[in-house]
Amino acid sequence: MRRFKDRLALWLGALSAMLAMIPLISILYEVVKNGASTLNVDFLTAPPGVIGQPGGGIGPAIQGTLVLVGLTVIIGVPLGVLSGIYLSEFGDNPIGRVIRFLNDVLAEFPSVVIGVVIFTLVVLTLRSFSVIAGAFALSIIMLPIVTRSTEESLKLVPNSIRDASMALGIRKWRTTLSVVLTTAKSGVVTGILLAIARVAGETAPLVFTILGSQYFFSGLNSTMDALPLRIYRLALLPYPYAQAQAWGAALVLILMVLVVNIGVRLATRGRLYSTRSRA
Amino acid sequence: MVLVRGAFPALTKFGVSFLTGTNWDAATGFGALPYILGTLVTALIAIIIGVPISLGIAIFLAEMAPDVIRVVVSNIVELLAAVPSIIYGLWGLYVLRIWVANYVQSPVQNSFGFLPIFSGTSYGLNFLTGGLILAIMIIPTIASISREVMASVPTSQREAAYSVGATRWEVVRMSVLSYSRSGIFGATILGLGRAVGETMAVTLVIGGATGASALPTSLFKPGQTMTTILVNQLSEAESGSLQLAALLGIGLVLFAIAFAINVVAQLLVWRVLKVQAGAIE
Repeated sequence: MRRFKDRLALWLGALSAMLAMIPLISILYEVVKNGASTLNVDFLTAPPGVIGQPGGGIGPAIQGTLVLVGLTVIIGVPLGVLSGIYLSEFGDNPIGRVIRFLNDVLAEFPSVVIGVVIFTLVVLTLRSFSVIAGAFALSIIMLPIVTRSTEESLKLVPNSIRDASMALGIRKWRTTLSVVLTTAKSGVVTGILLAIARVAGETAPLVFTILGSQYFFSGLNSTMDALPLRIYRLALLPYPYAQAQAWGAALVLILMVLVVNIGVRLATRGRLYSTRSRA
Repeated sequence: MVLVRGAFPALTKFGVSFLTGTNWDAATGFGALPYILGTLVTALIAIIIGVPISLGIAIFLAEMAPDVIRVVVSNIVELLAAVPSIIYGLWGLYVLRIWVANYVQSPVQNSFGFLPIFSGTSYGLNFLTGGLILAIMIIPTIASISREVMASVPTSQREAAYSVGATRWEVVRMSVLSYSRSGIFGATILGLGRAVGETMAVTLVIGGATGASALPTSLFKPGQTMTTILVNQLSEAESGSLQLAALLGIGLVLFAIAFAINVVAQLLVWRVLKVQAGAIE
Protein backbone atom coordinates (compact mmCIF):
# COMPACT_ATOMS: atom_id res chain seq x y z
CA MET A 1 0.00 0.00 0.00
CA ARG A 2 2.75 2.46 0.89
CA ARG A 3 4.67 1.52 -2.26
CA PHE A 4 1.50 2.02 -4.24
CA LYS A 5 0.95 5.50 -2.80
CA ASP A 6 4.54 6.37 -3.61
CA ARG A 7 4.06 5.26 -7.22
CA LEU A 8 0.75 7.08 -7.43
CA ALA A 9 2.34 10.34 -6.24
CA LEU A 10 5.10 10.00 -8.83
CA TRP A 11 2.63 9.43 -11.64
CA LEU A 12 0.40 12.27 -10.50
CA GLY A 13 3.41 14.57 -10.49
CA ALA A 14 4.43 13.49 -13.97
CA LEU A 15 0.83 13.84 -15.13
CA SER A 16 0.59 17.44 -13.92
CA ALA A 17 3.88 18.26 -15.64
CA MET A 18 2.46 16.83 -18.85
CA LEU A 19 -0.83 18.70 -18.41
CA ALA A 20 1.10 21.95 -18.15
CA MET A 21 2.92 21.20 -21.37
CA ILE A 22 -0.25 20.72 -23.44
CA PRO A 23 -1.10 24.44 -23.63
CA LEU A 24 2.45 25.44 -24.60
CA ILE A 25 2.67 22.81 -27.31
CA SER A 26 -0.82 23.60 -28.55
CA ILE A 27 -0.11 27.34 -28.61
CA LEU A 28 3.13 26.91 -30.55
CA TYR A 29 1.49 24.47 -32.94
CA GLU A 30 -1.55 26.65 -33.65
CA VAL A 31 0.47 29.84 -34.00
CA VAL A 32 2.88 28.27 -36.47
CA LYS A 33 0.18 26.37 -38.36
CA ASN A 34 -2.15 29.35 -38.76
CA GLY A 35 0.45 32.08 -38.90
CA ALA A 36 3.06 30.72 -41.28
CA SER A 37 0.89 30.95 -44.40
CA THR A 38 0.21 34.65 -43.77
CA LEU A 39 3.85 35.65 -43.57
CA ASN A 40 5.39 37.39 -46.56
CA VAL A 41 7.32 40.59 -47.16
CA ASP A 42 4.20 42.53 -47.99
CA PHE A 43 2.42 41.45 -44.79
CA LEU A 44 5.42 42.44 -42.68
CA THR A 45 5.85 45.90 -44.19
CA ALA A 46 2.46 47.12 -45.44
CA PRO A 47 0.08 49.20 -43.33
CA PRO A 48 -3.28 47.59 -42.46
CA GLY A 49 -5.87 47.55 -45.25
CA VAL A 50 -9.43 48.77 -45.15
CA ILE A 51 -11.36 47.01 -42.39
CA GLY A 52 -13.50 44.25 -43.86
CA GLN A 53 -11.38 43.69 -46.95
CA PRO A 54 -8.49 41.26 -47.13
CA GLY A 55 -5.01 42.65 -47.68
CA GLY A 56 -2.74 44.95 -45.79
CA GLY A 57 -0.16 44.07 -43.20
CA ILE A 58 1.39 44.78 -39.86
CA GLY A 59 4.23 47.11 -40.86
CA PRO A 60 3.22 49.97 -38.52
CA ALA A 61 2.67 47.49 -35.69
CA ILE A 62 6.19 46.06 -35.96
CA GLN A 63 7.67 49.53 -36.24
CA GLY A 64 5.57 50.70 -33.30
CA THR A 65 6.72 47.85 -31.08
CA LEU A 66 10.35 48.63 -31.95
CA VAL A 67 9.88 52.35 -31.24
CA LEU A 68 8.12 51.61 -27.94
CA VAL A 69 10.72 49.11 -26.80
CA GLY A 70 13.48 51.57 -27.73
CA LEU A 71 11.90 54.41 -25.73
CA THR A 72 11.18 52.07 -22.82
CA VAL A 73 14.80 50.97 -22.74
CA ILE A 74 15.96 54.60 -22.78
CA ILE A 75 13.73 55.45 -19.81
CA GLY A 76 13.65 52.18 -17.88
CA VAL A 77 17.14 50.70 -18.13
CA PRO A 78 19.21 53.53 -16.60
CA LEU A 79 16.74 53.90 -13.72
CA GLY A 80 16.54 50.14 -13.19
CA VAL A 81 20.29 49.57 -13.28
CA LEU A 82 20.92 52.49 -10.93
CA SER A 83 18.34 51.28 -8.41
CA GLY A 84 19.79 47.78 -8.70
CA ILE A 85 23.26 49.16 -7.95
CA TYR A 86 21.89 51.11 -5.01
CA LEU A 87 20.12 48.07 -3.55
CA SER A 88 23.10 45.79 -3.98
CA GLU A 89 25.94 48.08 -2.93
CA PHE A 90 24.30 50.57 -0.58
CA GLY A 91 20.97 48.98 0.26
CA ASP A 92 21.76 47.02 3.40
CA ASN A 93 19.68 49.28 5.64
CA PRO A 94 15.99 49.87 6.44
CA ILE A 95 15.49 52.21 3.47
CA GLY A 96 17.03 49.66 1.12
CA ARG A 97 14.83 46.91 2.51
CA VAL A 98 11.67 48.99 2.08
CA ILE A 99 12.63 49.83 -1.50
CA ARG A 100 13.41 46.19 -2.25
CA PHE A 101 10.04 45.15 -0.87
CA LEU A 102 8.12 47.77 -2.83
CA ASN A 103 10.08 46.82 -5.93
CA ASP A 104 8.97 43.20 -5.52
CA VAL A 105 5.37 44.30 -5.07
CA LEU A 106 5.59 46.47 -8.19
CA ALA A 107 7.06 43.58 -10.17
CA GLU A 108 3.94 41.50 -9.60
CA PHE A 109 1.55 44.39 -10.03
CA PRO A 110 -1.12 43.99 -12.76
CA SER A 111 0.01 45.86 -15.85
CA VAL A 112 -3.54 47.01 -16.54
CA VAL A 113 -3.51 49.02 -13.31
CA ILE A 114 -0.22 50.64 -14.30
CA GLY A 115 -1.88 51.49 -17.61
CA VAL A 116 -4.85 53.09 -15.85
CA VAL A 117 -2.58 55.18 -13.62
CA ILE A 118 -0.59 56.43 -16.62
CA PHE A 119 -3.89 57.06 -18.41
CA THR A 120 -5.07 59.41 -15.66
CA LEU A 121 -1.64 60.99 -15.17
CA VAL A 122 -0.52 61.51 -18.75
CA VAL A 123 -3.37 60.91 -21.18
CA LEU A 124 -6.06 62.83 -19.29
CA THR A 125 -3.64 65.64 -18.44
CA LEU A 126 -2.36 66.10 -21.99
CA ARG A 127 -5.83 65.35 -23.37
CA SER A 128 -4.51 62.97 -26.01
CA PHE A 129 -3.31 59.40 -26.40
CA SER A 130 0.41 59.42 -27.06
CA VAL A 131 3.44 57.27 -27.71
CA ILE A 132 5.22 58.80 -24.77
CA ALA A 133 2.45 57.71 -22.38
CA GLY A 134 2.86 54.14 -23.63
CA ALA A 135 6.61 54.33 -23.13
CA PHE A 136 6.10 55.58 -19.56
CA ALA A 137 3.71 52.73 -18.77
CA LEU A 138 6.07 50.10 -20.18
CA SER A 139 9.03 51.66 -18.34
CA ILE A 140 7.22 51.26 -15.03
CA ILE A 141 6.62 47.61 -15.87
CA MET A 142 10.26 47.15 -16.90
CA LEU A 143 11.79 48.99 -13.95
CA PRO A 144 11.33 46.38 -11.19
CA ILE A 145 12.49 43.53 -13.43
CA VAL A 146 15.73 45.31 -14.33
CA THR A 147 16.26 46.46 -10.75
CA ARG A 148 15.89 42.98 -9.34
CA SER A 149 18.09 41.24 -11.90
CA THR A 150 20.80 43.93 -11.62
CA GLU A 151 20.80 43.64 -7.85
CA GLU A 152 21.08 39.90 -8.01
CA SER A 153 23.89 39.88 -10.59
CA LEU A 154 25.87 42.42 -8.57
CA LYS A 155 25.44 40.34 -5.44
CA LEU A 156 27.06 37.39 -7.20
CA VAL A 157 30.28 39.41 -7.54
CA PRO A 158 32.62 38.14 -4.80
CA ASN A 159 33.46 40.63 -2.07
CA SER A 160 37.17 39.91 -2.55
CA ILE A 161 37.01 41.77 -5.87
CA ARG A 162 35.49 44.79 -4.15
CA ASP A 163 38.11 44.59 -1.40
CA ALA A 164 40.94 44.32 -3.95
CA SER A 165 39.73 47.46 -5.68
CA MET A 166 39.31 49.34 -2.41
CA ALA A 167 42.81 48.26 -1.35
CA LEU A 168 44.19 49.99 -4.44
CA GLY A 169 42.73 53.20 -3.07
CA ILE A 170 39.91 53.36 -5.58
CA ARG A 171 36.86 55.10 -4.25
CA LYS A 172 33.57 53.36 -3.70
CA TRP A 173 31.63 54.84 -6.65
CA ARG A 174 34.51 54.11 -9.02
CA THR A 175 34.80 50.57 -7.69
CA THR A 176 31.08 50.05 -8.16
CA LEU A 177 30.96 51.36 -11.71
CA SER A 178 34.25 50.13 -13.15
CA VAL A 179 34.88 46.93 -11.23
CA VAL A 180 31.65 45.47 -9.86
CA LEU A 181 29.37 46.47 -12.72
CA THR A 182 31.88 45.29 -15.33
CA THR A 183 32.23 41.93 -13.63
CA ALA A 184 28.48 41.47 -13.49
CA LYS A 185 27.89 42.80 -16.99
CA SER A 186 26.51 39.63 -18.56
CA GLY A 187 23.98 39.12 -15.77
CA VAL A 188 22.78 42.70 -16.03
CA VAL A 189 22.41 42.45 -19.81
CA THR A 190 20.51 39.17 -19.44
CA GLY A 191 18.05 40.84 -17.09
CA ILE A 192 17.55 43.72 -19.50
CA LEU A 193 16.90 41.36 -22.41
CA LEU A 194 14.31 39.37 -20.44
CA ALA A 195 12.64 42.61 -19.40
CA ILE A 196 12.50 43.68 -23.05
CA ALA A 197 10.89 40.38 -23.99
CA ARG A 198 8.33 40.91 -21.25
CA VAL A 199 7.32 44.46 -22.17
CA ALA A 200 7.26 43.72 -25.92
CA GLY A 201 4.30 41.42 -25.29
CA GLU A 202 2.37 43.76 -22.97
CA THR A 203 -0.99 44.80 -24.37
CA ALA A 204 -3.31 46.04 -21.66
CA PRO A 205 -1.47 49.27 -20.79
CA LEU A 206 -1.13 50.12 -24.49
CA VAL A 207 -4.89 50.11 -25.02
CA PHE A 208 -5.25 53.26 -22.90
CA THR A 209 -1.99 54.94 -23.86
CA ILE A 210 -0.96 54.62 -27.51
CA LEU A 211 -4.49 53.51 -28.53
CA GLY A 212 -3.46 52.00 -31.88
CA SER A 213 -3.47 53.46 -35.36
CA GLN A 214 -3.50 52.55 -39.02
CA TYR A 215 -0.40 54.58 -39.83
CA PHE A 216 3.34 54.53 -39.32
CA PHE A 217 4.99 56.39 -36.44
CA SER A 218 4.21 60.10 -36.66
CA GLY A 219 5.60 61.75 -33.56
CA LEU A 220 5.84 61.13 -29.81
CA ASN A 221 2.58 62.86 -28.97
CA SER A 222 0.30 61.07 -31.38
CA THR A 223 -1.18 57.58 -31.43
CA MET A 224 0.73 54.57 -32.70
CA ASP A 225 0.25 50.88 -33.40
CA ALA A 226 2.06 47.98 -31.71
CA LEU A 227 2.14 44.25 -32.39
CA PRO A 228 0.18 43.02 -29.34
CA LEU A 229 -2.36 45.79 -29.86
CA ARG A 230 -2.76 44.86 -33.54
CA ILE A 231 -3.36 41.22 -32.58
CA TYR A 232 -6.05 42.33 -30.16
CA ARG A 233 -7.81 44.55 -32.71
CA LEU A 234 -7.62 41.85 -35.40
CA ALA A 235 -8.95 39.18 -33.05
CA LEU A 236 -12.04 41.30 -32.41
CA LEU A 237 -12.89 41.52 -36.11
CA PRO A 238 -15.35 38.93 -37.44
CA TYR A 239 -13.59 38.30 -40.79
CA PRO A 240 -11.56 35.20 -41.67
CA TYR A 241 -8.75 37.28 -43.18
CA ALA A 242 -8.44 39.21 -39.88
CA GLN A 243 -8.17 35.94 -37.99
CA ALA A 244 -5.38 34.78 -40.30
CA GLN A 245 -3.59 38.10 -39.90
CA ALA A 246 -3.93 37.91 -36.12
CA TRP A 247 -2.20 34.52 -36.18
CA GLY A 248 0.49 35.92 -38.46
CA ALA A 249 1.13 38.83 -36.12
CA ALA A 250 1.12 36.42 -33.16
CA LEU A 251 3.77 34.32 -34.89
CA VAL A 252 6.00 37.39 -35.33
CA LEU A 253 5.50 38.42 -31.70
CA ILE A 254 6.06 34.96 -30.25
CA LEU A 255 9.20 34.55 -32.35
CA MET A 256 10.58 37.82 -30.99
CA VAL A 257 9.78 36.91 -27.40
CA LEU A 258 10.83 33.26 -27.46
CA VAL A 259 14.05 33.89 -29.41
CA VAL A 260 15.17 36.31 -26.69
CA ASN A 261 14.09 33.95 -23.90
CA ILE A 262 15.57 30.77 -25.32
CA GLY A 263 18.71 32.62 -26.44
CA VAL A 264 19.26 34.00 -22.97
CA ARG A 265 18.64 30.61 -21.40
CA LEU A 266 21.11 28.88 -23.68
CA ALA A 267 23.70 31.60 -23.18
CA THR A 268 23.53 31.48 -19.41
CA ARG A 269 22.92 27.73 -19.03
CA GLY A 270 21.44 27.57 -15.61
CA ARG A 271 23.74 30.22 -14.15
CA LEU A 272 20.79 32.51 -13.69
CA TYR A 273 18.77 29.56 -12.64
CA SER A 274 16.11 31.58 -10.99
CA THR A 275 15.51 35.29 -10.92
CA ARG A 276 13.74 35.12 -7.59
CA SER A 277 16.11 33.37 -5.23
CA ARG A 278 17.89 35.66 -2.86
CA ALA A 279 20.06 33.80 -0.44
CA MET B 1 -3.97 59.37 -5.41
CA VAL B 2 -4.62 60.24 -9.02
CA LEU B 3 -7.12 57.43 -9.25
CA VAL B 4 -8.93 58.64 -6.16
CA ARG B 5 -9.31 62.10 -7.68
CA GLY B 6 -10.41 60.72 -11.04
CA ALA B 7 -12.94 58.37 -9.48
CA PHE B 8 -14.24 61.04 -7.11
CA PRO B 9 -17.37 62.01 -9.09
CA ALA B 10 -18.51 58.39 -9.30
CA LEU B 11 -17.73 57.63 -5.68
CA THR B 12 -19.54 60.66 -4.31
CA LYS B 13 -22.53 60.25 -6.60
CA PHE B 14 -23.16 56.59 -5.88
CA GLY B 15 -21.47 56.07 -2.52
CA VAL B 16 -21.65 52.50 -1.33
CA SER B 17 -23.99 51.61 -4.16
CA PHE B 18 -21.03 51.93 -6.54
CA LEU B 19 -19.73 48.70 -5.02
CA THR B 20 -23.11 46.98 -4.76
CA GLY B 21 -24.95 48.28 -7.82
CA THR B 22 -25.41 46.19 -10.93
CA ASN B 23 -26.51 48.75 -13.52
CA TRP B 24 -24.10 50.09 -16.10
CA ASP B 25 -25.46 53.00 -18.10
CA ALA B 26 -25.70 56.75 -17.84
CA ALA B 27 -29.45 56.72 -17.12
CA THR B 28 -29.57 54.39 -14.12
CA GLY B 29 -26.05 54.84 -12.79
CA PHE B 30 -22.90 52.77 -12.60
CA GLY B 31 -22.33 49.84 -10.25
CA ALA B 32 -19.21 47.72 -10.11
CA LEU B 33 -20.58 44.61 -8.39
CA PRO B 34 -20.85 42.31 -11.46
CA TYR B 35 -17.23 42.96 -12.39
CA ILE B 36 -15.90 42.53 -8.87
CA LEU B 37 -17.77 39.22 -8.61
CA GLY B 38 -16.60 38.28 -12.12
CA THR B 39 -13.00 38.76 -11.06
CA LEU B 40 -13.59 36.69 -7.93
CA VAL B 41 -15.24 33.83 -9.81
CA THR B 42 -12.63 33.58 -12.57
CA ALA B 43 -9.75 33.85 -10.09
CA LEU B 44 -11.37 31.18 -7.93
CA ILE B 45 -11.74 28.79 -10.87
CA ALA B 46 -8.10 29.47 -11.74
CA ILE B 47 -6.95 28.69 -8.20
CA ILE B 48 -9.06 25.53 -7.87
CA ILE B 49 -7.69 24.11 -11.12
CA GLY B 50 -4.25 25.68 -11.15
CA VAL B 51 -3.00 25.05 -7.62
CA PRO B 52 -3.16 21.21 -7.56
CA ILE B 53 -1.44 21.01 -10.95
CA SER B 54 1.20 23.53 -9.91
CA LEU B 55 1.90 21.67 -6.69
CA GLY B 56 2.14 18.41 -8.61
CA ILE B 57 4.72 19.97 -10.90
CA ALA B 58 6.62 21.53 -8.01
CA ILE B 59 6.79 18.26 -6.04
CA PHE B 60 7.68 16.33 -9.17
CA LEU B 61 10.47 18.74 -10.06
CA ALA B 62 11.83 19.30 -6.57
CA GLU B 63 11.71 15.77 -5.22
CA MET B 64 11.06 13.08 -7.79
CA ALA B 65 12.09 13.76 -11.36
CA PRO B 66 15.39 12.51 -12.80
CA ASP B 67 17.80 15.34 -13.68
CA VAL B 68 17.23 15.32 -17.45
CA ILE B 69 13.46 15.54 -17.15
CA ARG B 70 13.79 18.15 -14.43
CA VAL B 71 15.80 20.50 -16.68
CA VAL B 72 13.48 20.03 -19.66
CA VAL B 73 10.24 20.42 -17.72
CA SER B 74 11.38 23.42 -15.72
CA ASN B 75 12.49 25.18 -18.89
CA ILE B 76 9.12 24.48 -20.48
CA VAL B 77 7.30 25.84 -17.45
CA GLU B 78 9.43 29.00 -17.59
CA LEU B 79 8.64 29.40 -21.29
CA LEU B 80 4.96 29.10 -20.46
CA ALA B 81 5.47 32.18 -18.30
CA ALA B 82 7.17 34.02 -21.16
CA VAL B 83 4.34 33.68 -23.69
CA PRO B 84 2.62 37.08 -23.94
CA SER B 85 -0.86 37.36 -22.49
CA ILE B 86 -2.40 38.42 -25.82
CA ILE B 87 -1.23 35.19 -27.45
CA TYR B 88 -2.92 33.20 -24.70
CA GLY B 89 -5.99 35.25 -25.53
CA LEU B 90 -5.82 34.46 -29.22
CA TRP B 91 -5.30 30.78 -28.47
CA GLY B 92 -8.13 30.88 -25.95
CA LEU B 93 -10.45 32.52 -28.45
CA TYR B 94 -9.82 30.11 -31.32
CA VAL B 95 -8.73 26.86 -29.62
CA LEU B 96 -9.54 26.57 -25.92
CA ARG B 97 -13.01 28.06 -26.40
CA ILE B 98 -13.89 25.32 -28.90
CA TRP B 99 -12.58 22.65 -26.53
CA VAL B 100 -14.63 24.04 -23.68
CA ALA B 101 -17.76 24.34 -25.82
CA ASN B 102 -17.46 20.83 -27.30
CA TYR B 103 -15.95 18.70 -24.56
CA VAL B 104 -17.02 20.37 -21.33
CA GLN B 105 -20.05 22.47 -21.95
CA SER B 106 -22.22 20.32 -24.18
CA PRO B 107 -21.85 17.08 -22.15
CA VAL B 108 -22.42 18.92 -18.88
CA GLN B 109 -25.37 20.85 -20.24
CA ASN B 110 -26.91 17.71 -21.74
CA SER B 111 -26.83 15.96 -18.39
CA PHE B 112 -27.21 18.78 -15.90
CA GLY B 113 -28.53 21.64 -18.04
CA PHE B 114 -31.55 22.10 -15.78
CA LEU B 115 -29.33 23.47 -12.98
CA PRO B 116 -29.10 27.26 -13.22
CA ILE B 117 -25.34 27.20 -12.63
CA PHE B 118 -24.86 25.36 -15.93
CA SER B 119 -27.26 27.34 -18.09
CA GLY B 120 -26.08 29.70 -20.77
CA THR B 121 -25.04 30.17 -24.36
CA SER B 122 -23.08 27.58 -26.27
CA TYR B 123 -20.24 29.64 -27.75
CA GLY B 124 -17.71 28.90 -25.05
CA LEU B 125 -17.22 32.59 -24.31
CA ASN B 126 -17.88 32.38 -20.59
CA PHE B 127 -16.61 32.44 -17.04
CA LEU B 128 -15.31 28.87 -17.22
CA THR B 129 -13.10 29.54 -20.24
CA GLY B 130 -11.83 32.70 -18.58
CA GLY B 131 -11.01 30.79 -15.40
CA LEU B 132 -9.34 27.97 -17.34
CA ILE B 133 -7.05 30.27 -19.26
CA LEU B 134 -6.13 31.99 -16.00
CA ALA B 135 -5.36 28.60 -14.47
CA ILE B 136 -2.89 27.91 -17.27
CA MET B 137 -1.32 31.32 -16.85
CA ILE B 138 -0.79 31.10 -13.08
CA ILE B 139 0.72 27.61 -13.15
CA PRO B 140 4.28 28.82 -13.92
CA THR B 141 4.15 31.38 -11.08
CA ILE B 142 2.89 28.99 -8.42
CA ALA B 143 4.96 26.03 -9.59
CA SER B 144 8.30 27.81 -9.73
CA ILE B 145 7.92 29.60 -6.40
CA SER B 146 6.63 26.48 -4.62
CA ARG B 147 9.56 24.55 -6.01
CA GLU B 148 11.99 27.12 -4.66
CA VAL B 149 10.32 26.98 -1.29
CA MET B 150 10.53 23.17 -1.29
CA ALA B 151 14.16 23.28 -2.40
CA SER B 152 14.94 25.45 0.59
CA VAL B 153 13.74 22.77 3.03
CA PRO B 154 16.90 21.57 4.83
CA THR B 155 18.20 18.18 3.71
CA SER B 156 18.32 17.07 7.33
CA GLN B 157 14.51 17.14 7.40
CA ARG B 158 14.34 14.68 4.51
CA GLU B 159 17.09 12.47 5.86
CA ALA B 160 15.32 12.23 9.19
CA ALA B 161 12.21 10.88 7.46
CA TYR B 162 14.15 8.53 5.19
CA SER B 163 16.06 7.16 8.16
CA VAL B 164 12.87 5.87 9.75
CA GLY B 165 12.02 4.05 6.53
CA ALA B 166 9.62 6.43 4.84
CA THR B 167 8.92 6.11 1.12
CA ARG B 168 9.60 9.07 -1.11
CA TRP B 169 5.99 10.24 -1.05
CA GLU B 170 5.89 10.01 2.74
CA VAL B 171 9.04 12.10 2.89
CA VAL B 172 7.40 14.70 0.69
CA ARG B 173 4.24 14.70 2.72
CA MET B 174 5.76 14.68 6.20
CA SER B 175 8.90 16.74 5.95
CA VAL B 176 8.79 18.77 2.76
CA LEU B 177 5.15 19.80 2.56
CA SER B 178 4.63 20.46 6.24
CA TYR B 179 7.85 22.47 6.34
CA SER B 180 7.01 24.63 3.34
CA ARG B 181 3.32 25.12 3.96
CA SER B 182 3.35 28.87 4.49
CA GLY B 183 5.64 29.42 1.50
CA ILE B 184 3.29 27.44 -0.73
CA PHE B 185 0.43 29.49 0.62
CA GLY B 186 2.33 32.63 -0.30
CA ALA B 187 2.95 31.26 -3.79
CA THR B 188 -0.78 30.60 -4.15
CA ILE B 189 -1.61 34.15 -3.12
CA LEU B 190 0.90 35.44 -5.68
CA GLY B 191 -0.85 33.30 -8.29
CA LEU B 192 -4.16 34.76 -7.14
CA GLY B 193 -2.71 38.24 -7.63
CA ARG B 194 -1.71 37.32 -11.14
CA ALA B 195 -5.16 35.90 -11.87
CA VAL B 196 -6.89 39.02 -10.56
CA GLY B 197 -4.71 41.35 -12.62
CA GLU B 198 -4.53 39.33 -15.83
CA THR B 199 -6.25 41.16 -18.62
CA MET B 200 -5.90 40.48 -22.31
CA ALA B 201 -6.37 36.72 -22.32
CA VAL B 202 -9.54 37.01 -20.25
CA THR B 203 -10.86 39.92 -22.31
CA LEU B 204 -10.88 37.82 -25.44
CA VAL B 205 -12.64 34.80 -23.95
CA ILE B 206 -15.04 36.06 -21.30
CA GLY B 207 -17.67 37.48 -23.64
CA GLY B 208 -17.92 41.08 -22.51
CA ALA B 209 -21.38 41.39 -20.96
CA THR B 210 -22.24 44.56 -19.04
CA GLY B 211 -24.70 45.52 -16.35
CA ALA B 212 -26.80 43.02 -14.46
CA SER B 213 -26.40 40.36 -17.16
CA ALA B 214 -22.69 40.19 -16.30
CA LEU B 215 -23.43 38.85 -12.82
CA PRO B 216 -21.76 35.44 -12.52
CA THR B 217 -24.86 33.31 -12.00
CA SER B 218 -23.75 30.52 -14.34
CA LEU B 219 -20.40 29.07 -15.39
CA PHE B 220 -21.45 29.05 -19.01
CA LYS B 221 -22.60 32.60 -19.55
CA PRO B 222 -20.67 35.60 -20.85
CA GLY B 223 -19.37 37.90 -18.16
CA GLN B 224 -16.91 40.63 -17.41
CA THR B 225 -14.15 41.21 -14.87
CA MET B 226 -12.69 44.41 -13.49
CA THR B 227 -9.72 44.23 -15.83
CA THR B 228 -11.72 43.40 -18.94
CA ILE B 229 -14.20 46.22 -18.55
CA LEU B 230 -11.30 48.64 -18.27
CA VAL B 231 -9.83 47.36 -21.53
CA ASN B 232 -13.19 47.33 -23.26
CA GLN B 233 -14.38 50.77 -22.24
CA LEU B 234 -11.74 53.05 -20.78
CA SER B 235 -10.19 54.28 -24.03
CA GLU B 236 -13.63 55.10 -25.42
CA ALA B 237 -15.12 56.79 -22.37
CA GLU B 238 -15.71 60.51 -22.86
CA SER B 239 -13.51 62.76 -20.81
CA GLY B 240 -15.43 64.26 -17.90
CA SER B 241 -18.25 61.72 -18.14
CA LEU B 242 -19.59 59.73 -15.24
CA GLN B 243 -18.71 56.54 -17.08
CA LEU B 244 -15.04 57.55 -17.09
CA ALA B 245 -15.21 58.27 -13.36
CA ALA B 246 -16.88 54.90 -12.73
CA LEU B 247 -14.18 53.10 -14.73
CA LEU B 248 -11.47 54.88 -12.78
CA GLY B 249 -13.33 53.80 -9.65
CA ILE B 250 -13.02 50.21 -10.79
CA GLY B 251 -9.34 50.87 -11.45
CA LEU B 252 -9.05 52.10 -7.88
CA VAL B 253 -10.73 49.00 -6.43
CA LEU B 254 -8.46 46.80 -8.55
CA PHE B 255 -5.42 48.76 -7.42
CA ALA B 256 -6.35 48.29 -3.76
CA ILE B 257 -7.03 44.55 -4.16
CA ALA B 258 -3.84 43.94 -6.15
CA PHE B 259 -1.76 45.92 -3.68
CA ALA B 260 -3.15 44.05 -0.68
CA ILE B 261 -2.71 40.63 -2.31
CA ASN B 262 0.84 41.33 -3.40
CA VAL B 263 1.97 42.74 -0.07
CA VAL B 264 0.63 39.72 1.80
CA ALA B 265 2.11 37.28 -0.70
CA GLN B 266 5.53 38.92 -0.78
CA LEU B 267 5.66 38.96 3.01
CA LEU B 268 4.85 35.24 3.19
CA VAL B 269 7.22 34.10 0.44
CA TRP B 270 9.95 36.48 1.50
CA ARG B 271 9.92 35.41 5.12
CA VAL B 272 10.09 31.75 4.22
CA LEU B 273 12.88 32.06 1.67
CA LYS B 274 14.92 34.44 3.81
CA VAL B 275 14.64 32.65 7.12
CA GLN B 276 15.34 29.27 5.61
CA ALA B 277 18.23 30.53 3.53
CA GLY B 278 19.64 31.92 6.76
CA ALA B 279 19.15 28.62 8.54
CA ILE B 280 21.15 26.71 5.93
CA GLU B 281 24.15 29.02 5.98
